[in-house]
Amino acid sequence: MIKLEKKEIAVSLRGITKKFGKVVANNDVNLDVYKGEILSLLGENGSGKTTLMNMLSGIYFPDEGQIIVNGKEAVIKSPRDAFELGIGMVHQHFKLIDVFTATQNIILGLDGKLNIKGAKKEIQRICDKYGFDINLDKKIYDMSVSEKQTVEIVKVLYRGANILVLDEPTAVLTPQETEKLFKVMRNMKSDGKSIIIITHKLHEVEAISDRVAVLRQGEYIDDMITSETNAQEMTDMMVGHAVTLNIDRPEPKNSNKRIEVKNLTVLDEEGVTKLKDVSFEVNSGEVLGIAGISGCGQKELLKAIAGLEKVESGSITYIHKDGRTEELLGLKPRQISELGVKLSFVPEDRLGMGLVGNMNLADNMMLRSYRKGKSRFFTDKKTPRTLAENIVEKLQVVTPSIDTPVRKLSGGNVQKILVGREIASGPKVLMTAYAVRGLDINSSYTIYDLINKQKEKGTAVIFVGEDLDVLIELCDRILVLCDGEVSGIVEGRNADKNELGMMMTSNHNTSKGGVTV
Amino acid sequence: MLDLVAFIPRAVQQGIPLLFGSTGETITEKSGNLNLGIPGVMYVGAISGVIGAFFYEQGAGADNMNAFLAILIPLMCSLLGSLLMGLLYCFLTVTLRSNQNVTGLAMTTFGIGFGNFFGGSLIKLAGADVPSISLSATSAYFSHTLPGASSTGWFGKIFLSYGFLAYAAIIISLIAAYVLRHTRTGLHLRAVGENPATADAAGINVTRYKYVSTCLGCMIAGLGGLYYVMDYACGVWSNDAFGDRGWLAIALVIFTIWKPDLGIFSSILFGGLYILYLYLPSGMDHAEYKELYKMIPYVVTLVVLVITSMRNKRENQPPKSLGTNYFREER
Amino acid sequence: MSFHVSKRSDITTSKAWIIRIIAIVAALVVCGIVTTICTGDNPISIFTTIFQGAFGSQRKTFITLQYVAILLIISLALTPAFKMQFWNIGGEGQVLMGGLASAACMITLADKVPNAVVIILMIISSILAGAIWGLIPALFKALWNTNETLSTLMMNYIATQLVAYFVIVWEVPKGSGKIGIINQDSNVGWLINVAGNKYLLSIIVAVVITIGMFIYLKYTKHGYEISVVGESQNTARYVGINVEKVIIRTMILSGAICGIAGLLLVGGVNHTITTTISDGQGFTGVMVSWLAKFNPITMIFTSLLIIFMDRGASEISTAFELNQSFADILTGIILFFIIGCEFFIRYQISFVKANGKEEA
Repeated sequence: MIKLEKKEIAVSLRGITKKFGKVVANNDVNLDVYKGEILSLLGENGSGKTTLMNMLSGIYFPDEGQIIVNGKEAVIKSPRDAFELGIGMVHQHFKLIDVFTATQNIILGLDGKLNIKGAKKEIQRICDKYGFDINLDKKIYDMSVSEKQTVEIVKVLYRGANILVLDEPTAVLTPQETEKLFKVMRNMKSDGKSIIIITHKLHEVEAISDRVAVLRQGEYIDDMITSETNAQEMTDMMVGHAVTLNIDRPEPKNSNKRIEVKNLTVLDEEGVTKLKDVSFEVNSGEVLGIAGISGCGQKELLKAIAGLEKVESGSITYIHKDGRTEELLGLKPRQISELGVKLSFVPEDRLGMGLVGNMNLADNMMLRSYRKGKSRFFTDKKTPRTLAENIVEKLQVVTPSIDTPVRKLSGGNVQKILVGREIASGPKVLMTAYAVRGLDINSSYTIYDLINKQKEKGTAVIFVGEDLDVLIELCDRILVLCDGEVSGIVEGRNADKNELGMMMTSNHNTSKGGVTV
Repeated sequence: MLDLVAFIPRAVQQGIPLLFGSTGETITEKSGNLNLGIPGVMYVGAISGVIGAFFYEQGAGADNMNAFLAILIPLMCSLLGSLLMGLLYCFLTVTLRSNQNVTGLAMTTFGIGFGNFFGGSLIKLAGADVPSISLSATSAYFSHTLPGASSTGWFGKIFLSYGFLAYAAIIISLIAAYVLRHTRTGLHLRAVGENPATADAAGINVTRYKYVSTCLGCMIAGLGGLYYVMDYACGVWSNDAFGDRGWLAIALVIFTIWKPDLGIFSSILFGGLYILYLYLPSGMDHAEYKELYKMIPYVVTLVVLVITSMRNKRENQPPKSLGTNYFREER
Repeated sequence: MSFHVSKRSDITTSKAWIIRIIAIVAALVVCGIVTTICTGDNPISIFTTIFQGAFGSQRKTFITLQYVAILLIISLALTPAFKMQFWNIGGEGQVLMGGLASAACMITLADKVPNAVVIILMIISSILAGAIWGLIPALFKALWNTNETLSTLMMNYIATQLVAYFVIVWEVPKGSGKIGIINQDSNVGWLINVAGNKYLLSIIVAVVITIGMFIYLKYTKHGYEISVVGESQNTARYVGINVEKVIIRTMILSGAICGIAGLLLVGGVNHTITTTISDGQGFTGVMVSWLAKFNPITMIFTSLLIIFMDRGASEISTAFELNQSFADILTGIILFFIIGCEFFIRYQISFVKANGKEEA
């Protein structure tokens, strides 16, 4: 571990181990954080970054190890203990009360007489000092994601935190918003605060942090001064070995237009535009990638095609092999399948939408097939069992049996079951949302293979992804969404990562109700 | 025509037990606990007070009773009885994380059984000819009206003619409304009911808030039972007389969109609806219409329930975590 | 030394049942102690009395079984709704409406059509009446997401007042405030005695419905849809299940079976109608169903347990001249124990020593 001689240590983690059941989330992790530095905590999904930080902020209690704050051993059993030690964390999922105002949320949990006016003055002072811009009387449910994040950060500062943990803060932000965030982070740093930023984006590590510490599979690997390292070195440490993504990409064969989306516009319940005038087409035998910052309309687009989203205007046309066309807009999922349109959808929310966590593998297979079978009244239990057994065998799903509830399986296995079921029906269109999120490398490749096989069979695949490298290697064409609008469609084979990044953010009318942070 | 000067005091007297009940349930629900045991709690609150009063009356003799003790003993007994019920509910739902609906229903079964059992036993102990016990001496202290109730005409009748518990009910609901809206405790309690995980992360002791608010809620609701026996029913306990007022109190919480101060007005309105059948003309031969009129408060509640759900306004929704238990390490 | 609670990842069925049985035994012990305090009798003779009360003679056994049957039917009726996470606590009202419809047929059609026609009409109308009473809150839920716990509760009271109204309309003799035995002489509309035994009909109906419900929930497409909607409405929509339709269909079924319970109570057991004819069983059924984890077969045992205690406690009350409500207290105690013991099935407690080391 690097020792910074001139600097004072703010927090020191010693030999931290945390297990959840049989899963070891952190194993003997040692980490120092200095005063007045920005430390990046780098690691892949599931490498234990968030768990480690949750122990610092009192959400979890370590099974083993010590936490030393300002030279004294500290016992952090609750978030409150953490505040009292000057540690504050901004979680990835915001912990805010929707029906409260910004001010109410910021002062929540503190003692003393309630003095909203006084509190507002103090909050305003903090905002001015570091350059935050928020309306303190606005209710959370009226706020944009970045406004919510601002409230979270101010909340932590208001509690006098000197050590701030930010868990993937940029995942939900536009580049402009990210830049603003980085600016306030630098302001805080120069004020002597220590900031730990959890991320897996290398360019952010380079842009903001002084030092970077890497975790892999729950273990601490090493730390480096950011200016003395480079992306390749960091990647190698993060993944364990030098990786070059090598995803197959067969050439599309006999491509025919399969789905044509024209001028699709979708509003959400509150009337905010989620998709605006989106037009594109997907061909059989090709993988169309969809890139974009999270929350810029990918989810709504897939749901609209699947018949799960109310569409304001536009059209979604399905073209049969023989040239007949069907209009899918306004149809329910069941009506779509009754038309003979074989559409499969692997949603982002695997256990909340794609599968039922409390049901076993076989019953989850039935979700798609239960209406079939000889009897009108009774379900056919046999076919789904056979299907489940097939999937377990073919995709090497690790499970005690097909009678195990799927919630007990690991993320990769859950995804194999879901994808396995969705392709079992021989779809003509396959839509996947973040199909490899949270999966280890091996499982990810299994999924890429399955997608490619579908492609070779002539299925039109729509692949919503977040990792640009994967999109570039896997997809034939990549459609880039920005704030609900198509900012361009590029050929996968000669796509450039930087260009895609620009397109994801280059939409000129980005201002949705004033950018904050 | 409806005689308002006679009608309003009766409506108020009907409304007060509901007000206690709904204030108590509102505070409870604000913490995210849907306590369907309130009907049972109100029975327990009532019978506990009756037991205390009974033994004091028997022990001291109706003539030698001390006004202070005559009020204090039943009051304390009642509070204690409902507190124990509250603790039971919290132990099961907060500590043991049992299903709130089932626990509440079991508490109602138990509480009503408890009330009727001890009521019945006291009736036997008293050896009365009628199936009820009369605690008129204690009741006299409870139903003592404010000075000027009878000398100030209609004003006195409408505003001054109630026992102290009626005023206590109104004051408690005003305090509850103030605390919920303007104090830190209220802010924290609402946070717990809306999103316990967030409250927990903010350093609020979710368990403590749930326990305290639910127990306090039960104690307040129990006073509704006590008021009913000691004041409204003039100290006469008879089994099952309290009826379904507890359920009505729960319904009233929705009617008041979780605002205790609105409860004052609405409970009196409900009290009025509850006894409206006595005032509506049904003709000499049609006693049966009265039974239909008794339906009014329930139909009104149902209509209000449906209308509020149709309007679906953000501010008027129940606490978001209502009916669910919180476990920090759920993952 | 402190303790730490965590969620169990897995528990064997047998272990879960051992925990439940321990809870029931503990509850019975507490009930024994409470009864001993109230009566001064020794615990063993108390349990003997309880058993005598429930199964003391052939007649008592049949009465107990008939009670079990009615409670079981009501619990089964509520079960599909609960499985769908629809908190139907309106069983009380649905039973009353079924009973009211039966009584209406018995009273108004007695001299006009043949007995068989009356009975057929009773069956149809009571099922319909119960179904409608289930349909109304389901519509509110499906259309506006109205809280069903409270709407079904209100429907109970509306049903009670409707019955109260008709009781006075039909009262015999005038001014008595009750109906008395309907068609005492002609027995029109009285459901048949199976094999000369007047208790058997309810028992047979209960058996049929139990098996039917078991199959319906486990092996049919409807049953599958109910589980999916109950687990996750999101998933249900995703696979193309019409959630609103399932809610409405299931509540119609729920109400219809409650209507059958009402039919049996009026046409088969009591031959009269009062506002208290369902005697809180719409609520008890909620607990029976939940305690059995919504499994129809397990429900036979949970309803038996509750009726057994109820009948036994009544026997104690009679024997020791206690109040009849004594049974409710004992039932409450047992319920608290069973409700509480679920915690030990779902969670495990490990003790943590001060130095942070954990031991099981």
